[in-house]
Amino acid sequence: MNFVALKMLFGDRAKYMMLLAGLTFSTMLIVQQGSIFWGLMTWSQSGITNINAPVWVTDPNINQVEEIKPLADTAVNVVRSVPGVEWAVPLYKGVQRARLRDGNYEQIALVGIDSSTLIGRPHKMIEGRIEDLRAPDTVAIDQLAVKRLGGPDRMHLGTTFEINDHLVKVVAIVHAQKSFQNFPFIYTTYERALGVTPQERRKLSYVLASPVEGVNPEELARRIREHTGLGAYTEDQFGWKTVRWILENTGIGVNFGTTVVLGFVVGMAIAGQTFYLFTIENLRQFGALKAIGASTGMLARMILLQSFTVGLIGYGLGIGLATLFGLTAGSGGRLPFVETWPLLVGVGGALLMICSLSSAISIRKLAKLEPAVVFRG
Amino acid sequence: MVNQSVELFEQELSHGLVRARGITKSFGEGDTKIPVLKGVDLDVAKGEVLFLVGPSGSGKTTLLSVIAGILESDEGEVRILGESIHDLSAAEKTCFRRDHLGFIFQQYNLLPTLTAVENAAVPLFIRGMKKMEAIGRAEEVLKTMGMGERLKAVPSKLSGGEQQRVAIARALVGEPQLLLCDEPTASLDGETGHRVVEQLCEVGKHPDRAVIIITHDSRIFEFGDRIVHMEDGQVGQIQQGQEDPI
Repeated sequence: MNFVALKMLFGDRAKYMMLLAGLTFSTMLIVQQGSIFWGLMTWSQSGITNINAPVWVTDPNINQVEEIKPLADTAVNVVRSVPGVEWAVPLYKGVQRARLRDGNYEQIALVGIDSSTLIGRPHKMIEGRIEDLRAPDTVAIDQLAVKRLGGPDRMHLGTTFEINDHLVKVVAIVHAQKSFQNFPFIYTTYERALGVTPQERRKLSYVLASPVEGVNPEELARRIREHTGLGAYTEDQFGWKTVRWILENTGIGVNFGTTVVLGFVVGMAIAGQTFYLFTIENLRQFGALKAIGASTGMLARMILLQSFTVGLIGYGLGIGLATLFGLTAGSGGRLPFVETWPLLVGVGGALLMICSLSSAISIRKLAKLEPAVVFRG
Repeated sequence: MVNQSVELFEQELSHGLVRARGITKSFGEGDTKIPVLKGVDLDVAKGEVLFLVGPSGSGKTTLLSVIAGILESDEGEVRILGESIHDLSAAEKTCFRRDHLGFIFQQYNLLPTLTAVENAAVPLFIRGMKKMEAIGRAEEVLKTMGMGERLKAVPSKLSGGEQQRVAIARALVGEPQLLLCDEPTASLDGETGHRVVEQLCEVGKHPDRAVIIITHDSRIFEFGDRIVHMEDGQVGQIQQGQEDPI
């Protein structure tokens, strides 16, 4: 009867298209919003992921990576003294002001990395050598900085500009993950970062550390917390701490969550109603099938096959459209759009639920249907 | 003497296909309870075409539904092929209908998105037969009904008479022992109805099969072996075929 079920589904063009449109829209909306949400969360952790250090040592009261509470300069040596630490280096991170040649100003995220090891440098080079940062008054800029600070014609290797009235020269262009605040990243050495930033009693933003062989990052973070009283997190822990803070302190989670729920409800409403109408309109035919000898189980399997078939097609189309949106609207990192497999699995589960629930309404109706209905003219 | 009676009874059983005894059925409860069947006895023999006639509300359709195992009677017993319908579970009744009964409905009840041949093959699909084999058998039956040119047409492209022929093919494709027809000519004009019943009796009549037809259409009585008149939930006059109806 699978063949009959599918012909019944595809034969009623109007209802099939309605069902497909509902489920496709639902999938697309959930995937698109979920991907933008996760893209934003990825951007919010870029301050951590761009640095790529196993353990981050912070002020004990820090909430998230952009909330910098400077540490005492001695913190680096204190961390180095903890058993299990292979290395520990300082990191400066702060929002500063760059002055462009045309007199305009631009906010930048300045990152000062350890000059001897260059730990915390970006993973991907576009042009130049990161080692050239060891030369006086030099910086590396990311692809966003090229765009924001004048474009590729005016911002390239050898270009100079000012950070807080200090002239610096571009020696490398790097690729960095965009940040939540969308400031361009400017990399320099830790010592030079301290030199170009305004005077403060404390300027050490973080200490980056790595465990010796045989000690995992979680264990090292625990030891650092115990021995120093400072905050210490693995890269993963710090990333999730940041995500949690954003979800708890901004409306982003509620906003995206509402849209995702809306997508689910719209899909459920359209699919449920259309399926029910489909069943009601074919009630006499279903009654005839029952009279002829089709069991309720057989009819239920037909309904489920119809539902899951249209669900699968809608799932594919919805994901395709959402991906197309991500590839076009989000190209070049303009929009935070990260489509992950857990999201796709989750949406698949949601769609499975929509299809099951909407089928259940129809199956319930069919289970109660008396085949005698066909004898009533 | 006793042995002779048993032999006669067994002989009767071997020729009888449907045996209904003391069938009662009411709808509603308490003061609103309406008795529809009041102790109906009915036998239908193999090879017989029986017309069930009577005014609206006389209980014809209810009796047909009880015989088909679609409605449960309040009292009495229906045996088809020696099997007591009342002793079967709901699932067993469904299987019994699938394997032994064929149905023709007043409104045809064809699936609108299936072609004529696919509609005719539905009972075979329900039995789990492979698609090509089922379609092949349905094609054969439809061709015997003069529908060879309309195999691929969907119901909306068929006339009322053609749709009823497809419904007849659907009822016969599984070679049922009992064919139950609920006013098969009610939605057809007189001439088409006459032709359809003529074909139904030609194709459907078989020494091992009985046909029960509910109808109001006296013009088709000529095709029946017996005409059973029902009145007020009871079997009234029984005529042999070809007699003038009263």
